[in-house]
Order: sequence, then structure tokens, then C-alpha cells
Amino acid sequence: MSILVDKNTRVVCHGITGSAGSFHATQMLEYGTQLVAGLTPGKGGKKFNDKVPVFNTAAEAVKETGANTSVIFVPPPFAADSIMEAADAGIELIIAITEGIPVLDMVKAKRYLQDIPNCRLIGPNCPGVITPGAKCKIGIMPGHIHRPGHIGVVSRSGTLTYEAVHQVTQLGLGQSTAVGIGGDPVNGTDFVDVLKLFNADPETEAVIMIGEIGGSAEELAAEYIAREFKKPIAGFIAGQSAPPGKRMGHAGAIIAGGKGTAAEKIKAMEAAGVLMAASPAELGTSLQEAIKRGPPNKNR
Amino acid sequence: MKIHEYQGKEIFQKYGVPVPRGILVHTAEEAERAAKTLGTSVVVVKAQIHAGGRGKGGGVKLAKSPAEAKELASKMLGMTLITHQTGPEGQKVRKLYIEEGLGIEKELYLGVTLDRATSRVTFMASTEGGVEIEEVAEHHPEKILRESVDPAVGFQDFQGRKLAFGLGLSGPTVNKFVAFCRGLYTSYIETDASLAEINPLVLLKDGGVIALDAKLNFDDNALFRHPEIAAYRDIDEEEPSEAKAKEYDLAYIALEGNIGCMVNGAGLAMATMDTIKLVGGAPANFLDVGGGATKEKVTAAFKLILADPGVKAVLVNIFGGIMKCDVIADGIVAAAKDVQLNIPLVVRLEGTNVEKGKEILRTSGLKITPADNLRQAAEKAVAAVKG
Repeated sequence: MSILVDKNTRVVCHGITGSAGSFHATQMLEYGTQLVAGLTPGKGGKKFNDKVPVFNTAAEAVKETGANTSVIFVPPPFAADSIMEAADAGIELIIAITEGIPVLDMVKAKRYLQDIPNCRLIGPNCPGVITPGAKCKIGIMPGHIHRPGHIGVVSRSGTLTYEAVHQVTQLGLGQSTAVGIGGDPVNGTDFVDVLKLFNADPETEAVIMIGEIGGSAEELAAEYIAREFKKPIAGFIAGQSAPPGKRMGHAGAIIAGGKGTAAEKIKAMEAAGVLMAASPAELGTSLQEAIKRGPPNKNR
Repeated sequence: MKIHEYQGKEIFQKYGVPVPRGILVHTAEEAERAAKTLGTSVVVVKAQIHAGGRGKGGGVKLAKSPAEAKELASKMLGMTLITHQTGPEGQKVRKLYIEEGLGIEKELYLGVTLDRATSRVTFMASTEGGVEIEEVAEHHPEKILRESVDPAVGFQDFQGRKLAFGLGLSGPTVNKFVAFCRGLYTSYIETDASLAEINPLVLLKDGGVIALDAKLNFDDNALFRHPEIAAYRDIDEEEPSEAKAKEYDLAYIALEGNIGCMVNGAGLAMATMDTIKLVGGAPANFLDVGGGATKEKVTAAFKLILADPGVKAVLVNIFGGIMKCDVIADGIVAAAKDVQLNIPLVVRLEGTNVEKGKEILRTSGLKITPADNLRQAAEKAVAAVKG
């Protein structure tokens, strides 16, 4: 078991003939992901790497290959459209890697998804989702730093996810599933959604959660953790030294009107029973400590 | 992207959002002529800088005659305006907006922005016009009215009426306010704005509703489809190093410290700054070289960091994933030679082929201090600047 993706995940890659799409599609295939279809309007009928059929529409790809998961590498101006196309085609899990999608495009796409039952969006502007135990890597993360195990990782940042994963692997542990929820202000899946899945997953024994400045997703996660989370959890928040009013690389990483500071988030998470690492160098050791300590206070 | 008040008002006008008559000027003489042209007994001389809080900083003044407008303008042009948003260094005033004086009955606040919690565009309105909305939110949250807009149907008139009656408006002003909101919403959506703030929105003695101020910010990621908005960019208002970084396509933010940072990934870049602070140092910048971290990007990043005279050491922190550490190490060495780096360089590499990467750094002939993890790297950089 794992969350979101497993052995039954059949992936269609949107934008498979573009530079990012083709590079990462090759990497995903090498890792063992069941990449069953590609999607590039106008290039239907071709084969990617001589083996993956390319389609003109998501509907065709689903019909012909039984794909149930989309990964989006489409350039920003067209990415929201591609997300909605996947949802319309009956795809259950859409993982949007693209960075730089206009916010109002995402507002529309998210509204569109609301009316479609059993459809989940991860990202955009995220590294993707990986379940090493099922050899299923969907996204741009380096596959070989992962190993099968029982630690769940959820993060708004790509490279910080790799830091966490790498340290977990070096400790001889390993990951059940690692999920990047993305650094944009409007995203499909939040910390709370992923934590709920980890909470219910028997394979996941402990969790690392990595947040950053901007918005209130971490505070909402802290409320959920204090209320229901049953597993040991360690965390980190990036941006303690970030000046207010400046966008720190990620579109969503901004302290606006005095809200969304790292200090508030750290306080909320600590109060909820998350063991907070002082720096990313201590993510692994903080996790070990959290495991020793057990689940957040009230849920022991 | 931020724009000036006068530019925001140009956009509002296009969408039928009422604004006062005004004229942009660059000299005191032009200011005098503008005041004559406007012909009102009072005109307002307003400094055009991107930061808010201009009034308190002395950047908005009333003139009772064209001669006074000229005098005020000559004092204001070229002055450095310091407000709570400019920081202590302030912002030089290069242009002024001369606006007609109006008979003001009441000042209100109206703002439109994205509510991240609901992923919807939201209106915020308050009777506390002219006051910082953050202050109102902090001390009197009940005084802020909100209306969330369903993107499927857009802003509806009933929402405008809810806000209008909630603000205590009555009579024909209600419909004028609703029309104002409708125009404001359309302008927000059609320009891909990220913030539209009117503080104050004023009710005139004759029953009119008008935007006395206009603050518009735009989504950088949507500028590709709005060349007319992109043309409003004013490089004079930007931190020079940040404008330079945009040319190189690097995410860079200048800070006050003395340790230059080069990192891949926004989260890791923030965490690197945090760790430097944690061990008693001060980061000179935020810089994300991106997932690729190619030699060209690394060279550009070095140049940007070293252009800051306050930088006394550089910390490079790269997690090599898809891009392997040996390739990154080659890039760092080539770039460091290229820019003739002559201050301490601390490098922390982790990830794929890390041993090969470290070997390349060791045998490069450059004085590079290697570090095994981020905390150690930060400590070494802090030690290096202390000598």
C-alpha cells in the first residue's frame, strides 16, 4: 500500500513531445512507471521512444489505453486547459508539474474540477508523486535517491523534498510515498488532504511535512494534526529570514499584509505536536526523534 | 508586477471605473500648467512611486493655486520619499500626478484579490477608508465585508448590493457603487491582476462614487498575454540587481547581509538563508538558479552576487538530482574562474555523483571550502566572513 499512486497507476503524459515532457517521460519509463500513453495535439498516431502511443486528445488516450492518471508538462499558457481536458476524459489523478501557470487560469480550472467527482489534482508547480515500492514515479524527482519504506513525505518545495527523501534513505528507512503539493497560491491538493491519506495508509508509519511562507495551508494542517493525526510527524518551514512583501521564487511564497510568516506556522505546528527541525540538515534526525516520541500528543 | 497610480487609473477608465481628472507631469512648470488646465480651486500634487503610504511620507499635497502647485512640485520632484513600504533607503520621486480637487463626503476602502483559502477572487470592503487594511484586519476584523466570486459566473450585482448596504450606502449611490464594483471586477479579470486596491474610494457630495487612489498589481506569469500591461513596467522603481536578475531569468532578491547565496530550488534557497541566520550570519540575497544549474546560469548568478559590494563570502548549496553533482561542480569551477572569484567560496553539494563532484572541486586549483551538509556550510561561510 501507499497513497495516490501504486501498481495499478497507468499514466498519460501531456506534452510528451516537448523538451521537458520527453526528457522526464524517458526517466519515468526507466524507473519502471507504467507510462501507457502520451498526448500532443496534432501528433496522434506517432510513437514515443518507439513504444508509447501518442494521442491527439485525452479522451482517446483513456479509451485506448485505460490510463487513469495524467502528468502535465504542457507550457504555462496551455496547462490549465490541459488539466481540464484530463478531468473531462475521466482521469482520476492529475499531477501538474508545469511552473508559471497564470493564477486566474488555475482559479477557473479548480472551479471546473469541483463539479467532477473522484478527480484529484496535485500541483501545479510541483515535483510530482513517487511510490518507490510500486516503482511508480510520476514527475521530475530523481528516482534513485528513493527507496521503498514507511515514511510519508509531503512538501511545497521540490529540492527540500529531495533533501528529506535523501536523509530518510541514508538513515536506512525509505518512503511509502513522497508528494510535492507545489509552490503556487492555487493548488489542487493541500497538506490536510495528503495527511488524511497518510493517516489512513497502513504502510505509512511516520511523516515529514515541509512547508514555507505564504498562505495558511500549514496552519490548517496543524489544526488537523492536533485533532486527528495518529502518526509521528516531523516538519520544517522555509522562509524564516524572508522579507515581507517579496515573492521568494515560488509564486505562493510571499508574506502579504503581515500574514503567512514562518514564525506563525512553526508555532502552530509545534503546538499541534509536530517535531520541528531547526534546519533542513536535521530533517532526518528530527524524524527519528519524532518516531521515538510517538504520535502528536492528544492522539497517542 | 507593480505599476503607478496614474497607470492604474488609465486602466480603470478603460473599464468605466470612475477616476478624477488628472495630468502626469515631470517638471514644476508642467505642474503649474496642469493645475491651470484642470481649473479647480484646489488641485492635488501626488508623487508617483510604487510604494504605498505616500501621504504620510509627504508625497501627497494640496495646492490652492497653480503657483502653489508649481512650488510644491519643485520641492517634491527629485526628493527621496520614505514610507513604510519603501524601506529606510526610500524611493526617488521622478514624476508627479496633478489631480483635480473633489468635494468629498466619505472615504471607504475597496480591494479585490485572490483568497488563497478558497481559490477565488474576493472583494473586501470597509468603512475605514484611508486606513491600512492590515490594521483594520488586525484590530477590527468585523469591519471588513467580504464577497467571494464564483469564477463560473463572475461578479454578480447582488454581491455589490450586499457590500453597498453593508457599508451603509443608500439612495442612487448604491447602484453607482454596484456599477463601480462590476467595472473593477472586469478590469481585474481581463488584465490578470493580482491585487486591485482603492484606498480611499470616495463618495462625493454630489452622490458620485470615485477611485481617489488606485493600486494595481499583476500576475507576472500572465504578462505574456498582456503586452499593454507589460509596457507599464518602470525599471526606475525596481531594485537594480533584481531587474538584472530578470534578464538572466533568475529568481533573485537582494537582502542586507554579507553572505551571497546560490541555491537550486526556491524552498532550499529560503532554507539556506534561514540556516545562515540560525548560525549567526546574515544572507546577502535569495537566489534560485533553478533545477538545471547549468554553467551559464551559475556564471550569471556569480556575477549577480558579486556585483553587491557588501558580499564577503559566497555559499553555494546544490542538491543534484537529475542534474548530476559532477556536472554542477564543473559549472561552478568554470564560472568561478570566469568571474575571477577572489572571496571565500563555500560549496555544499549533495545528491547524484556527489563524490565525483567533490573531487572536481578539490582538484580545481581554486580555494573552495567544501561542506558536507547545510548547517556545516552555513557555519563555514559565517566563519569565513568573520575572518
